[in-house]
Amino acid sequence: MSGGVDSSVAAALLKEQGYEVIGMMMRLWSEPGIGPSAPLNRCCTPDQMADARRVAGKLDIPFYVVDVQDHFRKSIVQFFIDQHELGQTPNPCVECNRQIRFTYLLERALALGANALATGHYAQVLPTAVGYQIKAGKDAQKDQSYVLHMLSQQHLAHVLFPIGGYTKPEVRELARKFGLPVASKSESQDLCFLGDGDYRRFLQEYSQKVSQPGPIMDSHGRVLGQHEGLAFYTIGQRKGLGLSTGQSVFVLRKDVAQNALIVGSREQLGQQTLTVRQLNWVSGQAPTGPLPVQIKIRYKAKAIPGTVTVADNPTAVGQAYCTFDEPVFGITAGQAAVFYDGDTVLGGGIISDSQQTAVGNDIIPLSPKLELTV
Amino acid sequence: MKQTHVYFDHSATTPVHPEVLNVMLPYWTNDYGNPASMHAHGRKASFALEEARTTLATLLNAKPNEIIFTGCGSESDNLAIRGVMWAARQQNKGNHLISCCIEHKAITETAVQLRDLAGFDITILPVDSYGRVSPDDVRAAIRPDTALISIMAANNEIGTLQPIFEIGNIAREHGIPFHTDAVQAAAYQRWDLASMPIDLLSMSAHKFHGPKGAGLLYVREGIGLRASLTGGGQENGQRAGTSNVAFAVGTAKAFALAQEEVDAHSQHCQQLRDTFIDGVLAAIPADDIRLTGHPTQRLPGHASFALRHLNGNDLLIHLDAAGISASSGSACNTGNPEPSAVLQAIGLGNEWTMGGLRFTFGRQNSLADIEKGIAGLTTAVKQLRQFSQLFS
Repeated sequence: MSGGVDSSVAAALLKEQGYEVIGMMMRLWSEPGIGPSAPLNRCCTPDQMADARRVAGKLDIPFYVVDVQDHFRKSIVQFFIDQHELGQTPNPCVECNRQIRFTYLLERALALGANALATGHYAQVLPTAVGYQIKAGKDAQKDQSYVLHMLSQQHLAHVLFPIGGYTKPEVRELARKFGLPVASKSESQDLCFLGDGDYRRFLQEYSQKVSQPGPIMDSHGRVLGQHEGLAFYTIGQRKGLGLSTGQSVFVLRKDVAQNALIVGSREQLGQQTLTVRQLNWVSGQAPTGPLPVQIKIRYKAKAIPGTVTVADNPTAVGQAYCTFDEPVFGITAGQAAVFYDGDTVLGGGIISDSQQTAVGNDIIPLSPKLELTV
Repeated sequence: MKQTHVYFDHSATTPVHPEVLNVMLPYWTNDYGNPASMHAHGRKASFALEEARTTLATLLNAKPNEIIFTGCGSESDNLAIRGVMWAARQQNKGNHLISCCIEHKAITETAVQLRDLAGFDITILPVDSYGRVSPDDVRAAIRPDTALISIMAANNEIGTLQPIFEIGNIAREHGIPFHTDAVQAAAYQRWDLASMPIDLLSMSAHKFHGPKGAGLLYVREGIGLRASLTGGGQENGQRAGTSNVAFAVGTAKAFALAQEEVDAHSQHCQQLRDTFIDGVLAAIPADDIRLTGHPTQRLPGHASFALRHLNGNDLLIHLDAAGISASSGSACNTGNPEPSAVLQAIGLGNEWTMGGLRFTFGRQNSLADIEKGIAGLTTAVKQLRQFSQLFS
């Protein structure tokens, strides 16, 4: 329970359905709030805690705050910094789900004798004859199935998403119906550990490496200008590059070895392949051949038709290759690529840097097979 | 809260005794007068207030004018420390306070503020591995300008009883006032303050089945004290604010009941305590747990432990889920636990100082509850050990 409307309504629905509900809040690490621009969802502020406590009181359920500060700082915040230093753009919510929420917190809940961990995610778990499936939330605007692609059958046997079958307006209406004091709280937007919602400022403050200026180059190595630090740019970015080349240029990729920002035309930005690592198949069964799917390359992206093929090379365990029928713009290393069949999440993984063969410890060099397809 | 919850947190607070509730009720309804008023309503309230003061004075073998009603134990401690230190400064009788490192924060935070904002000197004495202050250390710390010595009667977190009479005698030899915070200890022994070497003593009613928000401070006649709460001259000018007649009456009744059965109550609590301690130490591997505080010189209903490499707040969650209400040393419900300063002070290493737990027993507890508590703690420790191995 975060003190927000979604997890509050999730708890209320379960209570109404007759479950014995225990409220838990994770005390995560966050920067001290910076002025009035501190994100409203900044984790674990006294206000958030008080709201969650009031909801628990209203529902007459126990409420516990568990200390996950060290674990979160080491495995999520540091990971966020490290990945940016490596030229990647990580999704901390995906990592938090992987390393904290559906591991640490789930284990805690089970250790406490609970049968399941429920969260306020907009997604649905469907038990079927062949196992559990993850479906998109009913509210297409709010669907969070993307950040849940790493869940396994084992997880899903112990996970509930009580609000997945409702839209956000319906959830607010339920909050009012239940008399929850958080019904009209505003939406959370930014990363929960930032003091002011500005991740660039955060990286500058917490990393020595990210602020190193370097060249902006085209793909032939011609220097066109200077960047202020690779982490401050996103793939596909056009504005704010400070270049006067006479034509639109886009950030294509980040060359960490040369600390260079590679830019080019919109045509060059388009890619028809990508590689993922840390691959997960929700069913537990990887497809044996190329599988036509729809792929989301970031949380808010539209799913794009493509084909996923699991790597069969022993040096590429946990990897898969995706191809798209049309060029796709803005494929960003570090984000998740999630495979859908309609509104069912089949699985997903983390997008590797297609141009770099060794970035970070957990990135396995590209297989010869992929290089052939590039 | 389930009906089957057992309550092992009597050092935090206790339920109001039904008789106490009954004697308080009229002072909110029929007899609502302000004791400072001269009319009939006021007289009735004033009579009740002074009766309560007399009852308490009699039970403590003190004089009625030595009893000050306050709003809580912390206020009593504040008034004692601030009141004596400011009076001493005003009368040029000294500037130095001696206390110890495991006092309640009402003492230590007050002392630190007096030092930082007003230039008083403080000496904070260490404790031994049982949490006891050495009388020799007290003697050695005394200076010509020492104005007050304040050592608690019993520690809230680890239950250890301090040698307050020895320390009081040392203070007396040097003509220094001696204050003791008896918030935890008050109900477990008889007090004869006319002959005991104690000059100021803090108590809190809700620790012995009285109302919350009611404290008292005993101040021996002749001890200089400056009011902290200034105003209309109530409580002999030492604590301003409209008298809370109902709470004063309730405090007197609660303390009278507690003193009436002090021996039987202490015996009952001690039996529960010893059964619990023996059971827990037998059930949990010796490497993983230790009793904190003194094995015998401790509050009758107080059992406290440190668990190795575990977090007291996590244990409390598991105990609560199992229907057992207990406490950790540095109770924290914001998920931001700090190591216990008391456990550090008694010399425990980092592997122990997050893992403080306290079980305090009382009137309504039975031996069956104790068995449930032992089983519950044993299970909680096992659950958390398994869990923490996953993430170590």
